[in-house]
Amino acid sequence: MPSLDRIAEPWGTRTPYGPGETWPTRVDTHLAEGVGAEDIDRWVQSASVLHSNGDGLDIAVKDDRIVGVRGRAVDRVNHGRVDPKDLFGWQANNSPDRLTRPLIRRGGELVETDWDTAMDAVVGRCRELLEEQGPSAISFYTTGQLFLEEYYTLGLIAHGGIGTNHVDGNTRLCTATAAEALKETFASDGQPGSYSDIDSADVIALFGHNMAETQTVTWMRILDRLEGPNPPKIVCVDPRRTPVASAATVHLAPRPGTNVMLVNALQHELIRNGWIDRAYIDAHTVGFDELETQLQKYSPELAAEICDVPAEQIREAARIIGGAERLLSTVLQGFYQSHQATAAAVGVNNINLLRGMLGKPGCGILQMNGQPTAQNTREAGADGDLPAFRNWSNDAHVADLARIWNIEQIRIPHFAPPTHAMSMFRYAEEGSIRFMWVTATNPAVSLPELGRIREILAQERLFLVVQDIFLSETAQLADVVLPAATWGEKTGTFTNADRTVHLSEKAVDPPGEARPDLDILIDFASRLGLEDKDGAPLVKWRDPEGAFEGWKECSRGRPCDYTGLSYDKLRGGSGIQWPCTDEQPDGTERLYADGRFWAQPEYCESYGRDLVTGAPIEEQEYKALNPTGRAMLKAPEYLPPHELPSEEFPFQLITGRTLYHFHTRTKTGRAPQLQRAAREVWVEMAASDAADRGLGEGDLLEVSTPRGRVRARLRISGIRPGVLFLPFHYGYWDTDGGSQPAGEDDGRAANELTPTDWDPVSKQPIFKTAAAAVERVAAADGTPSAAPTTTGSAPVAANVPPTRGGEGALVQETVGGRA
Amino acid sequence: MKLDMAIEELHRSESHLVTVLLSMSDRHKVDHEVFYVCRDMAVWSRRHVAELAQAGRDFGLDLDPEAREDPGPLEAVRQRTSELLGRRQAPGLLLLADLRHLYREAQGTSVDWELLAQGAQGAKNRELLDVAERCHPQTLRVAKWANSYLKVTSPQVLAS
Repeated sequence: MPSLDRIAEPWGTRTPYGPGETWPTRVDTHLAEGVGAEDIDRWVQSASVLHSNGDGLDIAVKDDRIVGVRGRAVDRVNHGRVDPKDLFGWQANNSPDRLTRPLIRRGGELVETDWDTAMDAVVGRCRELLEEQGPSAISFYTTGQLFLEEYYTLGLIAHGGIGTNHVDGNTRLCTATAAEALKETFASDGQPGSYSDIDSADVIALFGHNMAETQTVTWMRILDRLEGPNPPKIVCVDPRRTPVASAATVHLAPRPGTNVMLVNALQHELIRNGWIDRAYIDAHTVGFDELETQLQKYSPELAAEICDVPAEQIREAARIIGGAERLLSTVLQGFYQSHQATAAAVGVNNINLLRGMLGKPGCGILQMNGQPTAQNTREAGADGDLPAFRNWSNDAHVADLARIWNIEQIRIPHFAPPTHAMSMFRYAEEGSIRFMWVTATNPAVSLPELGRIREILAQERLFLVVQDIFLSETAQLADVVLPAATWGEKTGTFTNADRTVHLSEKAVDPPGEARPDLDILIDFASRLGLEDKDGAPLVKWRDPEGAFEGWKECSRGRPCDYTGLSYDKLRGGSGIQWPCTDEQPDGTERLYADGRFWAQPEYCESYGRDLVTGAPIEEQEYKALNPTGRAMLKAPEYLPPHELPSEEFPFQLITGRTLYHFHTRTKTGRAPQLQRAAREVWVEMAASDAADRGLGEGDLLEVSTPRGRVRARLRISGIRPGVLFLPFHYGYWDTDGGSQPAGEDDGRAANELTPTDWDPVSKQPIFKTAAAAVERVAAADGTPSAAPTTTGSAPVAANVPPTRGGEGALVQETVGGRA
Repeated sequence: MKLDMAIEELHRSESHLVTVLLSMSDRHKVDHEVFYVCRDMAVWSRRHVAELAQAGRDFGLDLDPEAREDPGPLEAVRQRTSELLGRRQAPGLLLLADLRHLYREAQGTSVDWELLAQGAQGAKNRELLDVAERCHPQTLRVAKWANSYLKVTSPQVLAS
């Protein structure tokens, strides 16, 4: 069977296909060394958890240990393919340093304890604060990596039980703008498009979306179209020369922080040249006249000056988009984590609406997200929103939720928008939040301005609970650490970025005393004595399937309707896209076919926000603007970024990810193939900037901003001049520092440098517009930086040895095969 | 014809709004959204001041196209004070008071715009009406922001 080094060739073997054809199957398998397919005791159904793509895969189990993975040929998302992170990342489950017992802080040290002691400490402090201060003291900071059932239960406990408004996840850093942009345009969350739109699109425009590294399997689908007959044209907006940029027909590399200007200029050109669908606009949208007026001043010439992109390139991109017969637009962190995040992402929605390209094969919008279960935090209410896209400012929606939960309506906080993560940390900083429960995430590495975050988390007056599978940087600062089970050790469902719901079954037992997150949460609710209005337990389920059934009822009649799904239905075949109901038992491939939306004032999830100030729009105002529930064309105005380069800090710093790592490397850093592929932090700079300063590949640089300093070796890459790139994965758990830099010269987390600033609309922090300086600490010693050569960090020089995985990275690929 | 008086009064209130927004921004440097959004909104009022100065010329007025700015050292002092007090809860009450003040100032200025727009219509002065139609919605957005931020912040400040 053919095998391939999938570290060296992350996207694997090509299987070309033409427009309208079915994407061929290719089953990827990787098993532990010395294990053959014949040795496997059982294959257990699951899906990928190290990105948001949602690839169906089976977990190989031998002697009650996970020993590998194999893609599911029947799955609609991946047709058998597996991302390199999932091919190798499962090894982290078996790491010897997994947390196996609860820990509690005694005399300043974390020491092992039993579950009763740990849970009583958590419940005791929570109860004390509820009596002393009330729910405003209690907060929950969750993740994009739990399962749907866990999020729904967490939301119920926090909103319905404790009654706190302080619930959010680190999905705030990855998916908040996707959700908000959809709410602004369609008045409800819900991904309009489908990955299968790639099969028939003739133009694919990727805005700030390095899909080749963030969703590798979907990029394989595009690569296969590009190698087949009648390939689509690619438009890429990215300041780096990513693999997407290299494949693009036109690549626009704007100055960081100028996305709104660029997208406005593209719309300006579409309207000026009449490349718009007037019939669609008239029938299905509001706001066109205002948009047309506002866009008049955003000429390609003005944008060329502000974005530093040639006007002719902007026109060329507009021509391609304007000439598309089937346009698929996708958006990710280059927009979401940049200045004016929501306004820029809304501009992309506008483009597809102006062209009338929505809800038909090949015509779609994919507002993406970064984490595997980010979508579920949005649906189930763990990002602060009310579950099932209910509108917190619509009393009827809150009353309906109170009915489902059997509690008094006033217990559900809905007096103001939910407290977002950045605001939660602010309340903890000033001392009004005094209890924070962090589940499965690592804010001590992932949040901006880490010096500040560490100080907040380390405060004596803040009771910090961390539930995780490893002693992360954040867990090291906790008062109580709860050891959790992870993917493969518990059952549950999760939903990817194109609404595909997958079941992930338990394959093996968790190590030691580690418990599923759902069990921990239910235990907490029961110890705290949370009840409904009839004195029955508030949480009415004991297991994942019970939670799923509870969630289905909550979702009934809402956009994300799961009532047609069940564990049994999800077993054996492909994942299924919501809404899935008795009327649509096979799910729904595309939303908004025939220009019908969920935007009616009585039904919609959100009335929207002011795109500059973020102030929520009131109900009456919304009813006047959009009485019949059409899609909304909104005209965002461009504002200059808040932190501009200066003489002292002449560069613009952006942060981002590499293909080989996920989040803060808690799992991928423990998978040898992935860790070796990108073992250490690096900083990218353009060749012209390096030449101006006499810097060379591998030089040790210090990158600084007013917030801090980081040391990293230089990679001279295809990034645009004036911009620096740092990967955000590297923290301190595998250094002498433990939870922070060991000494002042040991900073390596990109977030030592980022500013505390966020998009006022989506509240997503801005990681891509800091002003920064560089200085050489030491010249290269002959070894290049650790940046992979296969990806957006590819060197411009030819003498850097290529990234290889070797024997241990060989993956079997069965083209056309069935598992 | 008293349109010149209306322009002069509005020029004064928009100029004052710039000061209110910037000093509020500085006082709440550790409340990052307040810090940045107030500065972004001050850009609107600055533009309004310039437009009004321009419009005033037709009425024989000699108005400063640049808004009055606070002296620099005060800005630094306010920001530093904000950082020093950032770990205490008292600034929450100060923020509520400042938001309430901003709301009233922006609403007052909005009424002035209404008067100017009515006057411009009465005098059939299209250019002046255009200025009002461009600027007034932004002043209203400042008031709406202040009101919404009060709603967001007050439960935590008052119930903790």
